[in-house]
Amino acid sequence: MNDTIRFLSFTDPNVRYVVLGTMILGATAAMVGCFSFLRKRALVGDAIAHSILPGVCLSFMISGEKDPLWLILGAIFSGWLSLLMIDGISRTTKLKSDAAIGIVLSVFFGFGILLLTTIQHSGNAAQAGLDKFLFGKAASLTKDDIMIFSGIGVFLILIILLLYKEFKLISFNPEYAKVIGLPVKFLEFLLATITILSVAVGIQAVGVVLMAALLITPASGARFWSDRLGIMIIIACVFGAASGFLGSYVSYIAPAMPTGPWVVMALSVLTIGSIWFAPKRGVFSKWRTFWKNKDQILTENILKLFYHLGEADGNFETARSFQSLMESDRFRAYDLGKGLRKLKKRNLIRKKDAQWFITASGLKEASRIIRLHRLWELYLNQRLKLEPDHVHNDAEAIEHIITPEIEAQLASELDSPTEDPHASKIPYPTQS
Amino acid sequence: MKDIAIETHNLTVSYNRRPVLWNIDFKLPVGQIIGIIGPNGSGKTTLLKAIMGLVKSSSGYVKIFDQELEDVRARISYVPQRESVDWDFPASVMDVVLMGRYRSHNLFKRIQQKDRDLAAEALEKVNMLEYSKRQINQLSGGQQQRVFIARSLAQGADLYIMDEPFVGVDAATEEAILKLFAEMKAEGKTVVVVHHDLQTAKDYFDWIVLLNTRMVAAGPKEEIFNQDLLQEAYGGKLDVLSKVGELVRERDFPIREK
Repeated sequence: MNDTIRFLSFTDPNVRYVVLGTMILGATAAMVGCFSFLRKRALVGDAIAHSILPGVCLSFMISGEKDPLWLILGAIFSGWLSLLMIDGISRTTKLKSDAAIGIVLSVFFGFGILLLTTIQHSGNAAQAGLDKFLFGKAASLTKDDIMIFSGIGVFLILIILLLYKEFKLISFNPEYAKVIGLPVKFLEFLLATITILSVAVGIQAVGVVLMAALLITPASGARFWSDRLGIMIIIACVFGAASGFLGSYVSYIAPAMPTGPWVVMALSVLTIGSIWFAPKRGVFSKWRTFWKNKDQILTENILKLFYHLGEADGNFETARSFQSLMESDRFRAYDLGKGLRKLKKRNLIRKKDAQWFITASGLKEASRIIRLHRLWELYLNQRLKLEPDHVHNDAEAIEHIITPEIEAQLASELDSPTEDPHASKIPYPTQS
Repeated sequence: MKDIAIETHNLTVSYNRRPVLWNIDFKLPVGQIIGIIGPNGSGKTTLLKAIMGLVKSSSGYVKIFDQELEDVRARISYVPQRESVDWDFPASVMDVVLMGRYRSHNLFKRIQQKDRDLAAEALEKVNMLEYSKRQINQLSGGQQQRVFIARSLAQGADLYIMDEPFVGVDAATEEAILKLFAEMKAEGKTVVVVHHDLQTAKDYFDWIVLLNTRMVAAGPKEEIFNQDLLQEAYGGKLDVLSKVGELVRERDFPIREK
């Protein structure tokens, strides 16, 4: 508890730097990653993260010191080289882009490890901490790091704001952009560059292996919350920043825990939560639709049963016992009981002395469904030329979804028919 | 021919190292509704892409309004095939139509009210204005097609190039597109359409280009719709030409000596 208060008070400058740093990195990587996600280039971010290593090492070997600017320059150089190679391989050889990505990623990374090991054995004192480019050491971010992250972050935000609509178009329909004369190659070059920059900076917090998560996971989670690109990007940034904050918090409370992986954990929780619980697009919401549909089908089928029994008897007002309803063999007892209760709540049926009666409004609703069933059977029979004994099952399903508009169109197309293909009467609402 | 919209000369284009268009030569007039028809695999879409500079040609050239493509890009608009795009992209109908207003010279500028008005006007022309806020993944095929056409209209081009706009669209969309053709013709625009159906081509277009890897014929439709020409276009590929094309691909041979 005390730790939490101390953390949130931000009196410790180290806490400030770590929190600020990871939040900025998380937000900017999320923003850039949205475009990789939409262009279906998610794994290229992972490839870039791995390919950056040799550039960083070479930069160090050449300059002899751990100047962040030099190292980022080296990162950009080898990041760019890897992108050119991936593109070159997929364009000029038989290999497709997934194989090209895999090859370039492993060759560059292997070479990078080679260089890193050489540096570590060279005895150069300045190289201590160079491996934070590999694994990320968010916990040791300094003020200088924050300055650089913020600077690059602002630059990235600026580019995206300035060219937002163009980036949107080349993510959606690059061919069209080319035809109307937009500088598509230049725009793609810019997008690739800001991705590389974001990766070069981001791996210092979470390391090479986890960098892809920072790019792709926020976009994936945000996609479930909105169909508008602008909102999606904002939500992704919020996810990125929040996970930076949460990751820093966890590693502060439990000092043995590394910050980077906890940032990614937080991100994953947010995204998996989105996949499950986002309204409309989440898994849970789709389940709810499924159950709602099942309920509708059940209650409407029960109403139809009342109608059929009434049609056979010549009397719709007869009381029906639970037993007689079960005799139709259309429902399980549990479902029938559940359906009857739901219908009673909606006053479409009523209960008296353990017997069930259909009400006037229930009868109207039942007639509607029967009418839709029989109209649809007629439509299948007359327009699709299906035999009368082939149309029933189709109509059993479709009767539940035909809208009043389609109903009207059916009635007029079939010329207000009175009988279905089985010579059953089609009930029309009587004028009242 | 008075004013020429598109001229190709000896255009040869390869796809996957295999020539799919051999020495295509034609001149298309301004102000007509022109259909490019031919069997599947005859190179129709490749021809469109070569005209718009989306694929490189192995030989020959294309001139548009008697100029180089790069000088007249602002006057050309492209309505791609529906499947060429992922409709799950987070964008509304209006978002997509506004893309027709992007230009290389207003890269850093924001969309103006004038752009929105033109986009709304374009949507109205295809009867889609009431859907302007709808997400594109909630549209029917025909509605998607109309959104693409509205995007091109918003651009205000003179030459419209459409790739199979009538495939799988409902009657309402078909009507809307045909009505649009009539309006565009009255305004002097030129429309070039790759079309998939021989029967309807007779009713939809003024001019026809019959294509089957090579040019079979190009001209006003009365001249084109005769038995001999149709037989030549649809009666199967030229066998020897196909075999030679295969050889070119197998040996990775250049189609023109440099």
